[in-house]
Amino acid sequence: MGSTVVDSPRIEFRGVSKRYPGVQALDNVSFAVAPGSVHAIVGENGAGKSTLMKVLAGATGADSGTICLDGEEVQIRNARHSQSLGIAVVHQEFNLAGDLSVAENVFLDRWPRGPLGLISFGKLRTRSQALFQSLGIEINVRRKVRDLVVAQQQMVEIARALSLQARVLVLDEPSAVLTPNELSALFETVRKLARQGVSVLYISHRLDEVFSLGDTVTVLRDGRHISTRPLPRTGRETLIQDMVGRPITEEFPRRDFAPGGIALRVEGLCSGRRFHDVSFDVRSGEVFAITGLVGSGRSSVGKALFGAVPVTSGRLLVGGSPARLTSPRRAQRAGVAYLPEDRKQQGLLLGRPMYENVTLAHLPDVSSRGFLRIGEERRISRRRIAELRIKAPTERVPVGTLSGGNQQKVMIARWLQRAYRVIVLDEPTRGVDVGAKVEIYGLINAMAKGGAAVLMITSELPEAIGMADRIGVMCHGRLAGVLDNRGHDVSQEGLLRLAVGEGGGASL
Amino acid sequence: MTRVRSVVVAWLVAGRMPVILGALLITSSVLTDGRFLRIENLVNVMRQISFEGLIAFGMTFVIVTGGIDLSVGSLVALTGVAAALAMQSLAEADPAVRVAVGFATALIVGTSTGAAAGAIIARFAIPPFIATLATMLVARGAAFILCDGQPVHELPGELMWWGRGFVLEPVLGQRLPAPVLIMLASYAVLLVVFRRTVFGRRVVAVGSNEQAAYLSGIPVRATKMAVYVLTGLLCGLAGVLHDAKLMAGDPKVGEMWELNVIAAVVVGGTSLFGGRGTVTGTLIGAIIIGVLNNSLNLMEVEHFWQKVVLGLVILAASLLDAALRRLEPQ
Repeated sequence: MGSTVVDSPRIEFRGVSKRYPGVQALDNVSFAVAPGSVHAIVGENGAGKSTLMKVLAGATGADSGTICLDGEEVQIRNARHSQSLGIAVVHQEFNLAGDLSVAENVFLDRWPRGPLGLISFGKLRTRSQALFQSLGIEINVRRKVRDLVVAQQQMVEIARALSLQARVLVLDEPSAVLTPNELSALFETVRKLARQGVSVLYISHRLDEVFSLGDTVTVLRDGRHISTRPLPRTGRETLIQDMVGRPITEEFPRRDFAPGGIALRVEGLCSGRRFHDVSFDVRSGEVFAITGLVGSGRSSVGKALFGAVPVTSGRLLVGGSPARLTSPRRAQRAGVAYLPEDRKQQGLLLGRPMYENVTLAHLPDVSSRGFLRIGEERRISRRRIAELRIKAPTERVPVGTLSGGNQQKVMIARWLQRAYRVIVLDEPTRGVDVGAKVEIYGLINAMAKGGAAVLMITSELPEAIGMADRIGVMCHGRLAGVLDNRGHDVSQEGLLRLAVGEGGGASL
Repeated sequence: MTRVRSVVVAWLVAGRMPVILGALLITSSVLTDGRFLRIENLVNVMRQISFEGLIAFGMTFVIVTGGIDLSVGSLVALTGVAAALAMQSLAEADPAVRVAVGFATALIVGTSTGAAAGAIIARFAIPPFIATLATMLVARGAAFILCDGQPVHELPGELMWWGRGFVLEPVLGQRLPAPVLIMLASYAVLLVVFRRTVFGRRVVAVGSNEQAAYLSGIPVRATKMAVYVLTGLLCGLAGVLHDAKLMAGDPKVGEMWELNVIAAVVVGGTSLFGGRGTVTGTLIGAIIIGVLNNSLNLMEVEHFWQKVVLGLVILAASLLDAALRRLEPQ
């Protein structure tokens, strides 16, 4: 930033517009990105960030407007062309070949050749090792990508982007899958790249990250460019106001702590290598958060409570009576509801109408003698649309066309049909924009007020602190500690210390 | 302007199967100088597709769950032979009883073989292709073993109506063959089952996202098993009807039927990846294939060339279907 005026920006968007049937996804968007800067792009879901990145990546064409790269107007024809222009995109969903090694993935389809035109695995390994070294990352380049943790997979994506001599690196919600430690490693890498002159477009929902990493921030809303501001000088409130178009007062809506009897008791629960000897209980009306690093077993505990991973020993009591939860079906009958962490992979029938998704877990309630009452299904769904303020044109649209926040509300709506004793929510606000987040927190509070024991699994520490009455921290498959958080004043440092365990740091 | 365009596109996408069928009917009529449109010929077309069409409705359920059932042709032979043997062995009994026993035997053998395949697929997570490839071979072999490779004759005369007879012949004349009525009735029933029942919804849910279905308390294994029971049941029905058509139980029937049945389902717009498909599409798909075969016969196209043409048309229909679907907004 701040070099001489003759320097042209790395990228300049000039009046870029894109229309999809029924939606103006981009409306005359213009702004510039300086070389060697970290440029954050924020906005609620549906603001147009993804579409803009798709245009840049050559995945879709703009209807009008131009893009200049280092002062030169370019017509990005397709993904390959975008790559050859030095634009590398790391999507939220990785494009990795799980059964190939790290090195093979980094140089996918550009493998170094040896004699006879065969792939030279020696060169492949040394080159990719060098690449990871320059990023300051330790990784075994021979391992299959499938066996890596998500954070490592992300690094493989980034390494691949860099191996293409990228001038522009787009990171789309990179932190959604990372733990705090992994995140700081990512930040290191991003800063290093910016120093080397790469322009990084950093798309995120999390303002903390934007403030600690970005040089510049651009806000999009409803497909329009709202503002581009220099970062250290911009206030948090200004940014939020730009994003939502209105001031948001409460990030975490308050709820009176009024717990009832013990609704869920977990005694010495073990599940193979996933977790060992986990014990805790949750009262009805209470929000109990479980946090921990990726691989600490936090998600597995939630799955075990819903019968989706096997319990090898230990006891579970739901509402005071022992429950053998060997399948989600049984868990549901015992009074447990469950929101998976990955709504696209594990939750939604994306191509099916919204109302089918709402009633999926309660088909007996909307049928008689095996015949569906579709009118009833649609009535229920219309009611949920109103109650949860789901932005959907009708209850018949495919749920995949809704934004992330609204998809998550559909997932919540699915479990509102009956009163469940225990509600397990795994990452309830992942990939959800600020406005919808607050609404989802309100819904979680309402579930607790309604008498449910809420078990909230989250990797976002502020969320755990802002929402939970107590916080359990998992580390290496064990419950390392449970902290009282009635005053919502537990420190992030305290949680992190438990999460990494004594003496052992989490490594990427 | 864009509005008009999107309405036209929506109409084309929703109505693509009838459009393809309509185009084919017109072409056939023109190329055969109208012989195709004669009523006896149309009845003939429907009769020819009735057996495989019947099974194709069940196959639609299987494919929508993301599975496949290769055993259907063999199962028609096995159930047909088993039913014929049962009827033959009761030579002294009342003919109506013999026919009833024949139906019961075929349906029981069909559903239990389907249940066995389904159980293997659901319980042990064996790919449906492999599991039903195995049952296909076992069923075909068993059909030959049961009757020592010889067709089973001496079936009760009352059976014949089910394969060669006509419904309401005094009123309608020879316009509605019994197997055609059974196929159309099955279509109506399965259409309702697919769209309006909890079972149908579960089938779609399992096929479009198995994990999501499982984590919503859907009995995934039972649903998967049930679809193979359904195809088994329909194969049993087709098996005994085929006995009635031939007035014999023949272990050689049903060769290659699995492929014709799958072709009808796929031409009908059902995705082999699961989650997307319609029973009506399958009916239209079966008719398309039947019309093609019939008009090529009428045009006296040589038998070998018929296969080539049929293959190309299946390809063209699929390409057209894919092209029209791409116009659909996501």
